[in-house]
Amino acid sequence: MYDFAYHKPTSVADAVKLLADPDAKAVSGGHTLVPALKHRLNKPTALVDLSGIAEMKGIKRVGNAIVIGALTRHVEVANSAEVKAAIPALAYMASHIGDVQVRNRGTMGGSVSNNDPAADYPAAVLGLGATIHTSKRKIAADDFFLGMFTTALDADEILTAIEFPIVDKAGYAKMKNPASRYVMAGVFVSKAGGTVRVAVNGAGPCVFRQADMEAALAANWSPDAVAGIKQDPDGLNGDIHGSAEYRAHLVGVMAKRAIAAAG
Amino acid sequence: MPQVTLTVNGQTHTAEVEGRTLLVELLRETLRLTGTHVGCDTSQCGACVVHINGESVKSCTTLAVMADGATVTTIEGLAKADGTLHPMQEAFREYHALQCGFCTPGMVMSAIDLVQKHPDGLTEQEIREGLEGNLCRCTGYHNIVKAIAAAADVMHGKRTEIASAAQ
Repeated sequence: MYDFAYHKPTSVADAVKLLADPDAKAVSGGHTLVPALKHRLNKPTALVDLSGIAEMKGIKRVGNAIVIGALTRHVEVANSAEVKAAIPALAYMASHIGDVQVRNRGTMGGSVSNNDPAADYPAAVLGLGATIHTSKRKIAADDFFLGMFTTALDADEILTAIEFPIVDKAGYAKMKNPASRYVMAGVFVSKAGGTVRVAVNGAGPCVFRQADMEAALAANWSPDAVAGIKQDPDGLNGDIHGSAEYRAHLVGVMAKRAIAAAG
Repeated sequence: MPQVTLTVNGQTHTAEVEGRTLLVELLRETLRLTGTHVGCDTSQCGACVVHINGESVKSCTTLAVMADGATVTTIEGLAKADGTLHPMQEAFREYHALQCGFCTPGMVMSAIDLVQKHPDGLTEQEIREGLEGNLCRCTGYHNIVKAIAAAADVMHGKRTEIASAAQ
């Protein structure tokens, strides 16, 4: 790992100033960035540790939504009585990220800002149609995830919180790589009135919505409704862990399981 | 260079570190607490697990500066001053829950956090899932699971001594 300067600001405003340096990087739990730095995949001159910013912590219900501060760790979302009551699928998703130790350190904001194709959180954010709050604006989930490890965030913009709407039903299912525990293919479904959202992670270079499944489920909310839908492997990830054809097949299987889990 | 102050196994230490210094490097190389192991160095194997403020954490993926002000417990901090083992250590010995021993410090630290987080007891399935972040390459899982169940009974006050492994 190359060395870097280390800063620990206590306000969003101070953190934004420190991130004006184009070679500075934000960090919170560090469970993605530290391994990347070990591999010298990145060479920041400074790390801006956001973990001391109190205004970016906590879980609260605001109207018909759950608002989660970016620094909230996966273990906190998984165990939150508020989240379990309002959006149990979100708590379930958080309780299955990585392993115990990853969940004890990793944060929601870090996972969503990084937008790893095999991360869990982006599926929940897109599948629930959440709204991302940043240091300067609000961004709809549909406009946030732009590509592999790429989001709509500017270099000096910090994800501060995410507003998850409370939906009628939601479910998540994934097939994980048995060694790394990263998602091979996962599906997050939600239903709010007549609006159905189906988000797929792990299978492609970036989380995406599956329009044909959404239409089928809007007409008939049941696992059988998506049984005949064949995912096209074109454009999906193929690697030593699984071919694009295998992942395409998994999308259909995971969709059925997610709908069954949603009930 | 950044300076960190942290309490390790009850003792307060202040050390100068680099930004890039890992917590496990501070523990092993500066404080000479070599019971915490580095296995994979990629956050997967769990040999480096320690407790930060009572929660299990992979110290190979945590920067030393991130632990500034924290209370850290390592495998060296479990036994009493007179050498009496922690119930989890005693159970690992009784149930032969190790072969080469390389993964053991991390297994024990993860297991203690797991038991403490389940005050109402644990099923075998919960123990197995709770060890997801710890790899043993001597195929010792069966005995590790038995040891944790036995230690949980003592830690939860259901027994005063570790149940004998003899059937």
